[in-house]
Parts: sequence; C-alpha cells; structure tokens
Amino acid sequence: MAKKTTTPAPRANSISAAMEGRIKARDAATQQKILALATEIARRSLSGHEPMVRIPARTKSNTIWNKKRGILEMGDAAAERPLFDLKTAKQFMQTMLHASTIKDLIEAQKTSSLRGVFYKAKHTVAGTKENTFDTQDESDPILEDLEVALGALREELHVFAENRGSMVGNITIVDRGDEIDCRRMGSGGYALPSIVEPDIIQFKKCEAKFVLHVEKGTVWNRFNEDRFWEKHNCILTHGAGQPPRGCRRLLQRLSQELNLPIICVLDNDPWGHYIYSVIKQGSISLAFESSRLAIPKAKFLGIRAKDFRECGLDDAVKIDLTDNDIKRAGEIAAYPWFESHKGWQREIDGLLKNGFKMEVESLITKDISYVSETYVPERLKAKDWLE
Amino acid sequence: MESEVKERNAQPTKSRRGATAEEMSARQKEVSVSEFFVKNRHLLGFDNARKALLTTVKEAVDNSLDACEEGGILPEIAVIIEDLEPKRLATAKSSRYRVTIVDNGPGIVRKQVENIFGRLLYGSKFHRLKMSRGQQGIGISAAGMNGLITTGRPMVIHTKPGAKQAAHHIELAMNTKTNRAEVTLDKETADFPPMRLRAISAGTKQLAGEGAFLSPDVFRTGTSVAIELEGKYQKGRGSVDEFLELTAIANPHARIIFVPPSRVVADEVDDMLPGTSASAAEAAKTTAPSQTTETGGVTVYPRGVQELPPETKEIQPHPKGIELGILLQMLKDYEASEKGTLYEFLQTRFCRVSSSTASKFCSAIGVTSRTRAADIEAPQVEKLFKVFEDERLAPPPTDCLAPIGVRQLLAGLLKGVRAEFYAASTREAAVYKGRPFQIEAAIAFGGDLPGDQQARVIRFANRVPLLFQQSACSSFKAVEETPWKNYSMSQPRGGLPVGPLVVMIHMASVWVPFTSESKEAIADYDEIRKEMRLALMECGRKLGTYLRKRQKMRREGERRDVFERYIGEIAKALHAITGEDARRMYDALLEQARAKTRVADQQLDEDGRVVREEEDFDDEGVIVVTSAIAPIETAAPIIAPDFETALAGKSATPKPTSKSTSKSTSKSTSTSAGTTAPATKSLESQRSGPVIVTKKDLAARRDADTTSGPGKKPFADDDPRLF
Repeated sequence: MAKKTTTPAPRANSISAAMEGRIKARDAATQQKILALATEIARRSLSGHEPMVRIPARTKSNTIWNKKRGILEMGDAAAERPLFDLKTAKQFMQTMLHASTIKDLIEAQKTSSLRGVFYKAKHTVAGTKENTFDTQDESDPILEDLEVALGALREELHVFAENRGSMVGNITIVDRGDEIDCRRMGSGGYALPSIVEPDIIQFKKCEAKFVLHVEKGTVWNRFNEDRFWEKHNCILTHGAGQPPRGCRRLLQRLSQELNLPIICVLDNDPWGHYIYSVIKQGSISLAFESSRLAIPKAKFLGIRAKDFRECGLDDAVKIDLTDNDIKRAGEIAAYPWFESHKGWQREIDGLLKNGFKMEVESLITKDISYVSETYVPERLKAKDWLE
Repeated sequence: MESEVKERNAQPTKSRRGATAEEMSARQKEVSVSEFFVKNRHLLGFDNARKALLTTVKEAVDNSLDACEEGGILPEIAVIIEDLEPKRLATAKSSRYRVTIVDNGPGIVRKQVENIFGRLLYGSKFHRLKMSRGQQGIGISAAGMNGLITTGRPMVIHTKPGAKQAAHHIELAMNTKTNRAEVTLDKETADFPPMRLRAISAGTKQLAGEGAFLSPDVFRTGTSVAIELEGKYQKGRGSVDEFLELTAIANPHARIIFVPPSRVVADEVDDMLPGTSASAAEAAKTTAPSQTTETGGVTVYPRGVQELPPETKEIQPHPKGIELGILLQMLKDYEASEKGTLYEFLQTRFCRVSSSTASKFCSAIGVTSRTRAADIEAPQVEKLFKVFEDERLAPPPTDCLAPIGVRQLLAGLLKGVRAEFYAASTREAAVYKGRPFQIEAAIAFGGDLPGDQQARVIRFANRVPLLFQQSACSSFKAVEETPWKNYSMSQPRGGLPVGPLVVMIHMASVWVPFTSESKEAIADYDEIRKEMRLALMECGRKLGTYLRKRQKMRREGERRDVFERYIGEIAKALHAITGEDARRMYDALLEQARAKTRVADQQLDEDGRVVREEEDFDDEGVIVVTSAIAPIETAAPIIAPDFETALAGKSATPKPTSKSTSKSTSKSTSTSAGTTAPATKSLESQRSGPVIVTKKDLAARRDADTTSGPGKKPFADDDPRLF
C-alpha cells in the first residue's frame, strides 16, 4: 500500500513551487468570485434594483439522496437574501462584511480561524450602539453561506476551524512539508487540522490495512494505550464526537486514495447512529461538500443493540432512552439510506426494544481492555458489522 | 299568600284578623299617581341624595332644551346649584341645595304653570309621536315633588311668555293626594331673569359683568325653575358635571352655564376619565372660542354650532306599531270627536295609509268606505288589526327624526375626549314596533385615554345622556356584541373591548323605549340592538383600517430604521471589494430604502386611506386624526440620536425634525424602543388643545416636512456612517 511520493522540500513549512502556483491560481479564482459577487450587488444598487445575494439552500428540503453514489447532495434550490427585508437585512450586511474580510485575507496571503474572521468583522455599526456581530454563532453560518454562494471551499477562503480529533497508526504523512510519523505520536496523537487537502497534507507511507474510527478521545486513549493499531496494523482516529470537516475529509481521503476500509466504533444510541450516518452519507448543512466528505463504504462495528446480551453486560451500564432519543431514533430509521436497509432497521428497532442506550465505555465493566482486546478483534474477525 | 288563605279557612268565624268585603271596600280607594311615585321615587331617579340632585338638574335641562327647540330659539341655559347649608358638618351625608335652571325658551302661559309643574303625568309630549327629550310628563313635577317632600319648600317659578309681557313669579307645592298644584304665591314681576342669581359668586358676577351670564338681552322670554331639595353634590361618574358635559356634546347648539355649589361633599372621588373634559378643560386653559371655559368656578359650555337641529315633525302612529287595545281606544276617541267614517279614520289617524290602502282595509273587513266608524263591531276591529299585520306598508316617515349628525358628533367628542382617532357614523332610519328610530355611533381612540381599561360607553337617547344602568341598556349589549377583535382591539369573551376607547351611541326616535320611568336604559329590542351594532361596526371598521395602517407605518418606520443603519456598512464593504464609490452606492441604497418604506411617510384619513394631496377637504366624512402624526413620525426614525449629536456639532445639515428612538444594543432589529424625551416633548407642545386635522392640513404638514425634513440631505460630507 505504500506509495512512492515525491520527497518534499527539506525546508520546513514550505511547499513545492508547483503547489505554490496551484494555490496562486486558486486564490486568484476565489478573488474573482468575490469580486463578481460584489460587483453585481454594486451594479444593482446603483441601477435602483434591490441588492440581493443568492445563497444555495442548506436545508433538508434541498438535500437530495443520491442513491447511486450513496451520498447526500445539495439540490438546486437557493434562497435570495435581499437587503430590504427585515429578516435578512442584517445577514445581508454581515455577508458583505465577511466577503470583504476574506478578500483582505486572500490578498494578504494569510489564513484565519473562524473566530478570527468573526473578530475582524465585528465592530459597532456607525452611528448606533449595535454590533455587526454579537457572537461567533452568528458569524460561522454566514461564512458557510459564503462558501456555497461563491462555490468556494473554506480553505479557498483562507479560513480554518480549530484542530479537533486525533490520529495514530501505521502511516507517515507530510503536513505543509513536515514529515509526520504517526507511529511515534506518544499518547496525544496527531491533532487533525481543519484543512487536510492534498496541497497541505500528503500521504507518504502507509502499511495500515484499515482505519478504526472511534467516537471520542477517551475510547481512543484506551486503544492507543493498548497499542491496538500496532497489533492490528491499522490507523486509529477519533473526531471528538461529531467529527469535524477536517477529520471527515481525512477519513474520506484515506478511504478513497489508499482504499482503506473505515470501521467505526460508536455509542449505541441515536447520536452514535447519526455520527455514522454523517460519516457515511454526509450531512444536510454540508451537503455541498459531500463528494469530498462522505464515505459510503464506512462500516459500523458497534456498539450494537445485541451487545448487552451477547457480551453479558451488567444492568448498571444501561442508560434510559429519553423521549427525545426515541423521537430521534424514529427520524434516523426514516432516513432513505436506512429505510430500506434491513440490518439498520433491525438495529434501531433493537435499540428501541432495549429501551436503553450504551456507551462504548460500558464495555469496561467486563475488563478495562475488553473493548480493545476482545470486543473489536472478535467482531473484526467475524466481519460482524453493519454497512 | 297561600298560607293566609289556609288560615282563613281554618277560622271561618269572624276574627280580629278577618275583614268583611264591606269593611275592606271602605279602605279601598284610588291611588293618585303622585302618591304612587312619592312611595316609589326610585323609579323616577330619586334613589339617593346624589342622584336626586342629578335627576332634578336633568329633568329641568331636558325640558328647557325641548322648549327652546320647539320655540325655535337657540338654547341658553344656566344651571345654578346653591348650597343652603354651607356650614354643615364635614361628615354630613347630604345637604340642602337650591337648584335653579334658567332658560331662554318661549316661556309658559300663566294658566298652564300649575299643570306643568304641579301634576305628574301631565304634558304635551306623551300623546304624540315626536322626537323630544321628555316623553312622559313626569320629570319636572316629580323633581318638584321630591323637593317638597325632602325640604317642605315649594317650587319657585319665574316665567316670561312674551318679550313685552311681564314675568310671572309663582310658588307652588304639589298636593300629592289630588295630584294638583297648590299655589302659595302668584304675582307679576319685572325680575326676569332673576337678578339675585347674577350675584351668587365671584364668577357669576364677572360673567354677568361681561354680559355672558343671564343677560336680559338673551333671556327675552324664558322660564326659571328653582327647587330646593336634600341632595349631595359630588363630582365623578354620574354627577351633574358629567351630565352637563355629555349634554353639551350631544347638543352643540346649546350654550350651557354651570354654577356649582360653593362646597363639594367632602368624600369626593374624582373618577372622571383623564381623557374627558372636566380635567381636560383645566388642561386646555389656552382655549379656542368653542372650548369649555371656566371663570371663577363657573363652567361655560359654549355653543358649537349656530343652527338649531332641524325641526322634527310629529307623526301619526303606523298601523304596524299599534296594539289591538290601542286601536279600539283610537276608534272610540274618533267616534267621540269626529264621528266620521272608518275610511277617513284610517287615513287621518295613521301614517302611511293612503286612500287606496284605506279602501283596501275597508273591503278586507267587509265594510264600505261610507261605513261609520261607530258602526264597526269589535270582531271587525280585531280583523282589521290582523289585516294591519299582514299588509305590506311603507315604513313610517323618517323626517320626524333629527340625528345629531356625523360632523356634530365628531365635534362633540373632540370637545370632550382627548383622543387620537375619531370616527362617527349615522345609520339610515329604521323601525321598531312601527316607530321610526335612527342610531348614530361615534368612537374615539388612543390619545390620553387609558389603555388598560374597558372601553367607556357614552349613551344618549334623543340627545339626553344616559348615566345609569349601563349594563341593562341595549346599547351596552350592542357594544359587547360588536366584533372588536376584527378591528385590532382586544375584547375578552363577550365583554366590552379593552383599550383606549370611548364609544358613543345615540338613539333618536319619536318614542325611545326606556326600561323604566327614570329613563336610564334603552329597552333591548332586536331591531334597535342590530342597528346599534351595525353603526358600531361601521365605526369599528374605520378604526380597524386606521390601526392596521398605523401599525404598518410603524413597521415600515422600523424597517427603514434597520435598513438605513446597515446601508453605510454595506457601502463600505462593497467599496473595499470593488473600489466603487461608496457615497454613490450609499445614496442609491438610501433612495431605495426610502422608496421601500414609503408607507412610513403616509398620512391617513379617517377611513385609514392614504391621503393624497390632490384630494379636497371632504365636508361630510369629517376627518379627525389628531396628533397621530407625531407618534408616527417618531416611529419612523431617520437618524440615531447619538449620531445626530455628532452631526450637529460638525455640520450645518438641517437638523432632522424627528428623532430616532431605536437604541438596539443587541441584535434586536425589529423592535424600536419607546419614544425619547425630546419626541415626547414635541408631542406635548402640539397637545395644547385638540386639533382637528383635515386632509388639507395633512397635505400642508407633509409639504412642510418635505422642505425641512431630514430626507433632503441624508448624507453629510463628514457622515460617520461612511467614513
């Protein structure tokens, strides 16, 4: 599986000339898109037409299930965001501010965090006591709007999110020219950056046969401490709950480029099922990126509803399903990609019949390393998973 | 009753308790109406000391107004209440008062004085169908009787029936046994109007000196009635003050002067609404001539219009409005007086019976047109009555009614209630029980009226205010039945609407069906209530449209505020990206924002329609929108206050007339805060007195706005919104 990759430039934190050229061309294209958007609005303003931004709708109704590709895709519907509407006036203003901020970022050849962009555009509206943005929660969706409106990805806008999730395993990668051996990451692992595109991260050498993705850091620590990835020749990742874009994109590249199976160990609850669904098919709000993020071949190893009985777990591990959980389970069962999947219907039915949920950590009641030394290896061997 | 009977049966023999028919018959005698009402004074409105005083004033004023109108004289009425026990203890529940009412009516001929003032149920109004205030002939004589009973003092009457004749001075007391007056003093005098009255207080002296009080030039003829009674003078609801104030509203052609007693009962509770003129009159000291004024304690309700209401005609009963017994009685009367034919009887004693209808009736009961009325048998009368019922007849004529009129109603309300929106409507005349009537309604909304209370209902019947028994009144039920929720008012289920609202209802009719002799509530006939409801709905619709439009204007004002706040930011951002001139874009966007929120600039007429400049002042549908303009302007803020101060220091841009009220510190973009202090002040200054705003005024005001308003130069050179 190891591949010959071009040796990166020895200089740390630098990228190849070819890459540099590609980035330049990409930035120029993004700039052009921003300019086109702003010019259109300026033209409309001056000619007495109402200024508006057309933003493809990131809604459930505009999300299409592409059965053939096995991913969620964004439909053609778009929402107009006019200036002269009380509901959208402020958002319109915020969109313009962010467009201007991003133009500055690209021009300065800098990247900024989501929070940084928020702060850059946050100020008091002239002549009032009102802030352009009050919280980052207002700012982040506007950036996502801009991504879809411009048809440019976040990294193309020079914006990144916080690092989230970790990776260890039999793989060597290159991150901005630095070679990183994921076999020697100690207890913390390689922190997954938010932008993991090929121009930033390249896979250099990989012996691993599959990727084991677990839900959260605590479980990941168990597997890492037990050197699971060494014993089973794999890569071990976690996404700190719902995996962020960087984590999902990396898993997707590992799956697609290195052809590694992605096997998930998540909690036995609707939230765990949903995480799996997002990894596999993509999410509604990021449906426009599904082709880069979704991994239709991802597998769900556990925890399964049957495990309470099969593993002989103690009653103490049961957590009662709340009303909200039951509602959520029903919704997930109705997802088109689960609706016709007998295994999943059985699985969700099993969860509801149990009337309780189980976290991965519940396996600790058997033995501290039961999960890494017995549970997962057995299931892997038996190929007992859901797809 | 039953037990009594049993007892008697048990003791058939004569006992102390028993009485023979003969013995009983010795005790049976006629009860005179006077005696009946002495015992039942509450039926006539003399329930308690306070109400007795009011009823006395009311009966006398009603009579005076009726007399003046019948005599074709513009009424000038003085109401004087003297406190005869000014040194009484503060704890006294009541006091002795002398109520004197002087009018400039045609006076009363000498021989009728005893009958009019000394007999109950004697008068000109009972036997006819004509719109007038009095109906029964009870009022003034009952007031005199009440005075006599509580104080033992006779009524003092001065009347001058001709400009060149001497006045009569008569004092009379009613003999309740005989229902006849006993005259105790009868002499001719030149003292009319009585000079004594002019010197009662400093206020009266001053007004008399100006010729504005009891001037002999005005009172060339007239009547003065003085009644002493045990009463209680206390302001507030159901007071003499309220009565006179409402009377003035419904009778804008009358000038009424009120001289209150020197001392008010100690435990006075002033619960008059803040929007009504008792308090408003004091607030509006700077007054227009038609404004209520006060001089040395004397209140003058000036004459608002110089024309008398159109003279109302007396009508004959309508065949559908009578009952069988009355028909029989009418025939009997006719036989006695005319001895004519039934054919003639039908034509002359009824309205809407033509010769052809009369012959139709005759043939329907099998008699000819030459059959004498005396020859008609009782069964035939009954048949005739049935024929009346079945025949299709034109409704009674309506020229017998004199509604107050939309314009007068509005003027009256405007004088008395300080509101923001006024609407009135007069229904077409309708008929109940064969009697024509006409309903008018008016509403006043907003302004100084309290917003958290039930609406106040002001009721009038033939221009007389009805002050008591509100909930028993048909009009009250009509107000409750009106779907106020449809007009953007809140209305708890089946109740009065809640909000800053005054509802006024007037019923004009040749015979107002009161629920009792004291004439406090209109009986609940379906036809009447329906007309009332329809009139209210007409007003309500106008109010609803106005409120919706006003709300829209507010919303648009807020929208504009929001838009204009962001335009500067947007222009800056676009400039940063495209390099396009920021000011040009700002101006272009501002223009668009104003165009989008143009509604905020609109002025509304009374129907809630947008006033267009080319529209001429409409005389009939009077527009009364007072100072509603000010709040709307403040609701459409142009520039934020802190910005404005910055601007004022820097540039010579004309200062905007309206001030922004929005101080949104958070992301709340749709809600503007309340009015700022300066805006409120400017509102106050406009509030020196009620203003009738006509379409013309609105147009003029709008012109002024566009020349001095902030819209002209929205963008100063050093506008911090941009740079």
